[in-house]
Amino acid sequence: MSLLAALLLTAVQCTPEHAAMGHCKMTPAAKPKPVARQKPKPVANPRPRPAAAAREKPHPAVTPRQQPSAGPVCTPEHAAMGHCQLPQQPAAPAPSSPAPPLPTPPATDPCTPEHAAMGHCRPAAATPAAPPSSAPPPAARSGPDHAADAIWGADAMAPARRAVHAEHGGFTDNRILLDRLEYRAAKGRDGYAVEGEAWFGGDYDRLWLKFAADGTFGEPLESAELQALYSRAINPWFNLQGGVRHDFGHGPDRTQLALGIQGLAPYWFEIDAAAFLSTKGELTARVEAEYDQRITNQLILQPRVELGLSAQDITELRVGAGLTEVEAGLRLRYEFVPEFAPYLGVEWERSVGRTADHARAAGERTGGWSFVAGVRAWF
Amino acid sequence: MTTTIKRRGVLRAGALGLSGLALPYPAWAQTGSPGLRPTSPPLSGEDIRLRIAHGMFDVGGRTGHAIMLNGVLPAPLIRLREGQNVRLHVENALDEDSSIHWHGLILPFHMDGVPGISFPGIKPRSTFTYEFPVKQAGTYWYHSHSGLQEQMGHYGPIVIDPAGAEPAPYDREHVIVLSDWTFRHPHEVIAKLKARGGYFNRNRQTATSGSMSAADRAMWGRMRMDPSDIADVTASTYTYLVNGHGPAENWTGLFTPGERVRLRIINASAMTIFNLRIPDLPMTVVQADGMDVKPVETDELQISVAETYDVIVAPADRAYTLVAESIDRSGLTRATLAPRLGMTAPVPALRERPTLGMKDMGMGGPGSGHAQHGGTAAGGMDGMDHCTAEHAAMGHCAPGASMKMDHSMRDKSLVPPSVKVGVGVDMIAPMPVDRTGDRPLGLEQVPHRVLTYHQLAPLVPFPDKRPPARSIDIHLTGNMEKFMWSFDGKKMNEGAEPIRLALDERVRINLINNSMMNHPIHIHGHFFELVTGQAHGHPIKHTVNVMPGGKASFDLTADAPGDWAFHCHLLYHMHAGMMNVVKIRPLADGGAQ
Repeated sequence: MSLLAALLLTAVQCTPEHAAMGHCKMTPAAKPKPVARQKPKPVANPRPRPAAAAREKPHPAVTPRQQPSAGPVCTPEHAAMGHCQLPQQPAAPAPSSPAPPLPTPPATDPCTPEHAAMGHCRPAAATPAAPPSSAPPPAARSGPDHAADAIWGADAMAPARRAVHAEHGGFTDNRILLDRLEYRAAKGRDGYAVEGEAWFGGDYDRLWLKFAADGTFGEPLESAELQALYSRAINPWFNLQGGVRHDFGHGPDRTQLALGIQGLAPYWFEIDAAAFLSTKGELTARVEAEYDQRITNQLILQPRVELGLSAQDITELRVGAGLTEVEAGLRLRYEFVPEFAPYLGVEWERSVGRTADHARAAGERTGGWSFVAGVRAWF
Repeated sequence: MTTTIKRRGVLRAGALGLSGLALPYPAWAQTGSPGLRPTSPPLSGEDIRLRIAHGMFDVGGRTGHAIMLNGVLPAPLIRLREGQNVRLHVENALDEDSSIHWHGLILPFHMDGVPGISFPGIKPRSTFTYEFPVKQAGTYWYHSHSGLQEQMGHYGPIVIDPAGAEPAPYDREHVIVLSDWTFRHPHEVIAKLKARGGYFNRNRQTATSGSMSAADRAMWGRMRMDPSDIADVTASTYTYLVNGHGPAENWTGLFTPGERVRLRIINASAMTIFNLRIPDLPMTVVQADGMDVKPVETDELQISVAETYDVIVAPADRAYTLVAESIDRSGLTRATLAPRLGMTAPVPALRERPTLGMKDMGMGGPGSGHAQHGGTAAGGMDGMDHCTAEHAAMGHCAPGASMKMDHSMRDKSLVPPSVKVGVGVDMIAPMPVDRTGDRPLGLEQVPHRVLTYHQLAPLVPFPDKRPPARSIDIHLTGNMEKFMWSFDGKKMNEGAEPIRLALDERVRINLINNSMMNHPIHIHGHFFELVTGQAHGHPIKHTVNVMPGGKASFDLTADAPGDWAFHCHLLYHMHAGMMNVVKIRPLADGGAQ
């Protein structure tokens, strides 16, 4: 009882961690054994004696029980606050959770010191703290590289070994996404738009194709582009993509080098940003961002923004330097299955700056609203 | 030992209600089973024959393509006795390689059944004979270690009777094989996961659901993490099975009131961690992973993939529902324990789905006493407040300032350089803490007893008393969106350095979970002592579930020379790369015979 009381008292005034950091002194009665044991045990000869008994695991003999130590002096929380430095191995074994003395009742050892002193029991042996992290002993590197070769023969094992390695992690696949296939109802003339992408490859390297086209019904294709990119994952969320883009459709064709990034930004924004350098030396760029807001697990509202930029005037294409156009859309889709979702929405687009001037000079519209209806699908 | 006399009476009842051979279930797995009978055990003796072949499996009114052993799903029960020798002749009638791994059995490494590590595999249209002495007793299981065959039905139970007296006597026993079945081909399952990590999660957080504050939502969004991401594959495609029966089929196990009934529960799922309970019927856990434990009574336990628990129940003269609910609560399966076939008990509704909390992000927090953080509390930001009153008083910190602390969720300096923090690692747990004493995810606040690892005490302590001479840290790493999983940031196909141990070396393995998912980590050919720090001893296991953002340590005696698989037992995590080889040297003379 007195030990428990002392422990609780200590809990409030001086935690073992603090004591260890020299911030306070613990009362001797409450000094938890584990702290004393924190001293790293030098291992003179790491090679242990062979434990014959250990092979008879299933039904071992009864021997004295073990008692835990309470954990490392420098808890991760403390380290994070800059109070101490974690040992080299941040995960130095913590036999019990590094438990600050809070409401948790201390792990009860039935053999209290008082009892032991009265000769009623023997205190349990301690589980030593934090064995050092070190390289395997030399014996661990002896013998054949692959144990099974010695039994089944290297010839039989080699293909199976290649297969087991390739199979666990070496995944390649492909995905085709039809992001938007839609009817656009606008004042004047109705039109259509399609945008999609496909990738083929593994976790890091992929061939990435992107396709987009739009137009007005009854007129020739207004714009269309196809990109063929090599995609390399550069962090858990983003891919660096480089390759070629070819524009066709209305107006003069362009072939361009493309370099961009595509991925998932914080707050779950899907980003696709790329710069393009045409064979004629024109530099342009495009940034797209979209976000999926789940209203229910199947009903999803997707705001989307796209900006076009140009480094120079391109009279031939009626593009002016600076921000060239802005598109904003809001689409509400219903995922019958994740792979198939029809949607309704609105789209607003507008040429801006000198690009708009070009359009006005040519007697064209500079933008406007349209209602859209389409499907999103992937497989 | 079991009493065969009592069993006789119900034997007839069982035989009556069942048509026997024509059914695609072994007798013990048929509904209305009177339990296991030592007089006519399904497969036993020194020579056992198994045939792996394609088959058709029916559940919930649909039929799907399965891989079955001897034409049944689950595969036949193999019943052995400690001390015997066994030869298992396995014929592969598939058109692809196959294999059987004997999960939890202590045997020579070349009989362990992992293609490419312990043997070349079993070629199509060939027979391979496994042969080894049976050195242990308890409940185990077996399954394919080739490709994704396990998902298609290639798994079955093993029961080994002790050579001596049974330490936890019982009057009747039932094997309860839990598993997850999908009509999709497993290659399609992983393709969907690769295309979209959260593909099967149809219970995601929405604009209107849940009680999470805007600030918490923003924080999760900033991390590109989803607090509802509890299970990768869910009931949106899975039907959960008890002994091959879906919830509608309601597998029923019979008993006579007054008996002590032993349930040998095996989680043979590919991906599903189950919460298991029998309302109104307390369970006394007597064995975990085949190793006897000091009896501990509980009301609910979470059984991770590849774990086994033996419990003893004493049912009264009524029916009981055995409920196995998937950890994400997207679905459940049920079975019935009843004195007579046809009796049922109410099936409880699915409980509210759990939500990940700060501790699951590896934000540490106070010790296991605060396990109630996270869970259904959705967020539990106060778990972040490391500035306790005591600290503040000493001037170490300012209370309330904790939110300003920079908790980088991917601070590379927190892991040694040997951990490759690249594309495949989307998170480094800032302050992982040992969670072996925590209540399992989602069960933090249920109003009844829940089993924790800390409650498990070995009946017979581990024989090797030496302290571990060195420790090895293994970081569990992954990328949720790209569905990449690995140890130390290196997928198996990326040439992960094997874990090298000297024969009879005693090491402490620290598993540090840098992801927000549970990972059942399994080592072949060994049992380890799970370091719980409890005075009553450390449980001896072959698989340990490492909680999200947490740690677990085990002490291992490397007493079995050879090469051994070491992996996450979530099938698709393993397939995505979360696997390595433990190499123990030197080999004995002439290999490891």
